[in-house]
Order: sequence, then C-alpha cells, then structure tokens
Amino acid sequence: MARVKFLCDADRCIECNACVTACKNEHEVPWGINRRRVVTINDGKPGERSVSMACMHCTDAPCAAVCPVSCFYTTADAVVLHSKDLCIGCGYCFYACPFGAPQYPKVGNFGSRGKMDKCTYCAGGPEADSTPAEYAKYGANRLAEGKLPICAEMCSTKSLLAGDGAIIAEIYKERVMKRGYGSGMWGWKTAYSDSPTG
Amino acid sequence: MSISISKLRAVCAAIALLFAVAHPAAAQLSFKPTAEAVQEDQLLKALKEGDKISGRISIPDPMASSLIQPAGREWRDFQRSKLPVIGAVAIIGMFALLAVFLMIRGRIRVDHGFAGIKILRFASFERFTHWLTASCFIILALSGLNISFGRVLILPLFGPEAFSTLTAWGKIAHNYLAFPFMLGLVMMFLIWIKDNIPSKLDLEWIKQGGGILANGKHPPARRFNAGQKGIFWIVIIGGALMSLSGWYLLFPYIPANVTELQFWTVIHAVIAMLFVGVMLAHIYIGSVGMEGAFDAMGTGEVDLNWAKEHHSLWVEEEQAKGRAPDTGSSRPMPAE
Repeated sequence: MARVKFLCDADRCIECNACVTACKNEHEVPWGINRRRVVTINDGKPGERSVSMACMHCTDAPCAAVCPVSCFYTTADAVVLHSKDLCIGCGYCFYACPFGAPQYPKVGNFGSRGKMDKCTYCAGGPEADSTPAEYAKYGANRLAEGKLPICAEMCSTKSLLAGDGAIIAEIYKERVMKRGYGSGMWGWKTAYSDSPTG
Repeated sequence: MSISISKLRAVCAAIALLFAVAHPAAAQLSFKPTAEAVQEDQLLKALKEGDKISGRISIPDPMASSLIQPAGREWRDFQRSKLPVIGAVAIIGMFALLAVFLMIRGRIRVDHGFAGIKILRFASFERFTHWLTASCFIILALSGLNISFGRVLILPLFGPEAFSTLTAWGKIAHNYLAFPFMLGLVMMFLIWIKDNIPSKLDLEWIKQGGGILANGKHPPARRFNAGQKGIFWIVIIGGALMSLSGWYLLFPYIPANVTELQFWTVIHAVIAMLFVGVMLAHIYIGSVGMEGAFDAMGTGEVDLNWAKEHHSLWVEEEQAKGRAPDTGSSRPMPAE
C-alpha cells in the first residue's frame, strides 16, 4: 500500500481557491467549515506565495495522540480519519494540529463545538464505503472508487498534488530541478519530519 | 531601417535601465520571478518558540490564517508525556503521603475527649457555600481527569462507545458546573476573607507544625489556623487561575488564537493537578484524618473540646460574645 500525502507546489499556486470550493461541493461541507484553505504568505510583497493547506495526514498524528476519546485511526494508506460517533468536540485536536485542519460546527452554548470535521483525503470514515451514512458524516469516498482527492485532481495549475508520497515528491523535485527554484514542500517537515517514506 | 532598429534597441535599453535604477525590485522581478520567493525552510527557522507561519486568508475566520504551527507538536508532547507525570506526582504522590501520615500519626483524636457540648462553627449559609463549591469541584475534577487520563485508564474498561458517551456528558457537566463553581469561589472569598488575613499568630502555628505532628500540643488559633488559611488562599488563587484559563477554553472564539489557547490549556491542566492534590489533603484532614473535624461542615456544630484544642482564641471570642456555651455550663446532648 502506498503512503499517500498532499504536496502544494506554491510556485504554481495562483490562489484561485478552486480546491477549497471543489472540496466544499464534493463533500457538501456545512457553512462555516473549510476542510481546505489557501493561505497567502507575504501578501502583496515581492515573492509572495500561496499555499493550499488541509489535513496533512501526519505520521504519528498529533490529533490522534491527544484525543481524549481516541476517535482517530489511520488507514492502510496512512490517511488519518476519525469517528464522528465517538468525537465529543473538545477541541484538543485543534490545539495540537500544526495545520489548523480540525474544524467544528458551532453548536449549543458558549463556544461549544460540535463534532469535529476535517479533510478525509476523500476517504470517508469508519462507516461502510460509499454508503449514505458515510456520505452524510464525512462526505464522498473517492478513494474507495479508485480516485484521488478532488482538490488535487482538479487543480488547474497542477500545483496541488496528491498520491503516493514518494511519487509526488519525485515529481516536485523534477520540477524544481528543471525550473531552478522551489519554495519548499510546505508542511512536510512538520507533518512527516522530512522523511520521504514516513 | 537598421538605424531605426538600433535606435529602438537603445531606447529600450534606456527604459530598462531607468526601471532598474528607479525600482530595483521590479527589475529583478521582471527577470527572475523567484528571486525573493518566500522559502518554507527560512520561515520555519525564523520562527520563535511557539510561533506560527501565517498569512492572509479570504475565509472570514482569523484562526484559519495560520498555515503551520509546529508548536502543536510540543503541545502534544506536553499532553502525552509531561501532564501524566505531573498528575501522577500530585495525585498518587498525595495519596501516598496521606497513607504514610495515617500510618505514622494515626487519626488525630480529641485529646480531652468529647465534651458533649456543641458550639456553632459554620452557619448554614457558610456550609451551603462550601458544599456548593465542593460538589462542583468534585465533578469538575473527575470529568477533567477523565479528559486527561480516561483514555488510558477507563476506555479499556468501558469500550469506545460507552466511554465516549460518558466523556461527552462529562464535558457538558464540566462546561456548565464551571459557573456555580465560580459563584461559590466568589461567595467563599466574600464570607471568609475577614478570617483569613495572615497574622503573627500563624508564624507560631507553623513553627509548632500546627500541633498535628505530636499529641497534646495545640498552638493557639483564631477562627482559622495557618493551615486553613493556606487552603483558603490556595482555593481562591488556584480557583481564580482555573476560572480565568477555563473562561478562555469555554469561549475559544474570543482569543481566536491557537497559541494562546494552548497556553491556557497548559495552565488549566497543571493548576488542576496541583489543585486536586491539595484538595485530597483537605478532604483527608476534614474526614478520616481528624476526629470531630467533619462536624464543622456536616452539622455545622463542633464539640467544644475539639474547638478549644484547635481554635482556642476563637472559642474565647465566641464565649465573650455570648454565642458559645461557657466552659463550665453543660447542655443536654441532643439525641442523635
């Protein structure tokens, strides 16, 4: 099995936010929740770069480590998923996540969070694959259909890559070699401790 | 024709030169678009402790503008490896200490035996305030400890579904009971502050070890001795810190900053562990540890001999005010 990852080639990202929109549409993500977002660093200055960021499906994921009810699990493809049936909406995964991936619908009093929602790498959740129950909670399960995440699949500049970590890293390195520059594999050091196989 | 082309070239070169002189960045950009591109490596290296890489975002959620916050991993390490150690030392350590104390010192008895005469120590409103705060504290402490350690200690017993349901209720209880707890803190502060101002008498009490180490030795004390004053101020200051940090965690969208929230969770958790440890000692001495002590918060009336031994000056004051029976007089014991 492959170790799947995301890679955003920031030198190609044009901040069109199509990945954000496609993700919201594919999974019918509720209002106020963004599983993916585009952050622009040094906005308006020479050398600004935009990076599309979602859950990086970390190795030894911090969210899974701190979850008080242990609702996270990692699939054979190294996708980090969680069970909304077990989640209590405490917010711990948000504190621990280096990428701000976990999102919570605002429900109830105070800042009470509903059940956490995050990028599933288009791999659904613990329910049976491609069932209405799975779709309602986690969105589409494209991986079960043999497809890659929609955000990367429809990226018009092929900035956002998804797939086997070793292969997309190779594609990125080839690009950097050919064009002579690259602003980095954003988030990889933090998510995988820079390990290409990790 | 050739002349006009060379002229055109000269003009172009002059314009390019002008641009280069007037705006070096623009000139660079036009030739090398990546020369000044931000590099993730550099940004990561430049990060200060607990800081994050952030930028502009079109989503109306300020928290989403944070791109990478490596501090999350340190927070994870705190939760996973440091907090269990702090908790174990504070709570298991306190249990061990109390067990050893009970073995060596045994239950602290009333040296002169019960007089059979009662004196009112805590009025009903004071007892209500104490038990309001205490009952909230116990549920807050248990649900809080469950959040921190339930995954390791309780989940294997109950299974994921039942444990998740329990913890979800615990979270709701924790959120809501925070408010009566805070109310109790304010009330305790107001009704007992006047008796808890440190005085010279407390130094003497501390010097004699509170008289709890040896039989028959009782340093004088007013309504509250130095130990009780210590508990009072630990509850007030610890409770204030718990309330302040808890307030941020109850309303996470107010600071809207993950770094700040991490800081407050650490404060909340560390103070909580110490708080629980100290309260165990308080519960011990108020129940098992000392004969006659529980009555103060139970019925509100304590035995006169107990009061004389532990709060000699307070008894004298009460007697002077006529609110307590004189030493000589006796009152029929109420049937229990």
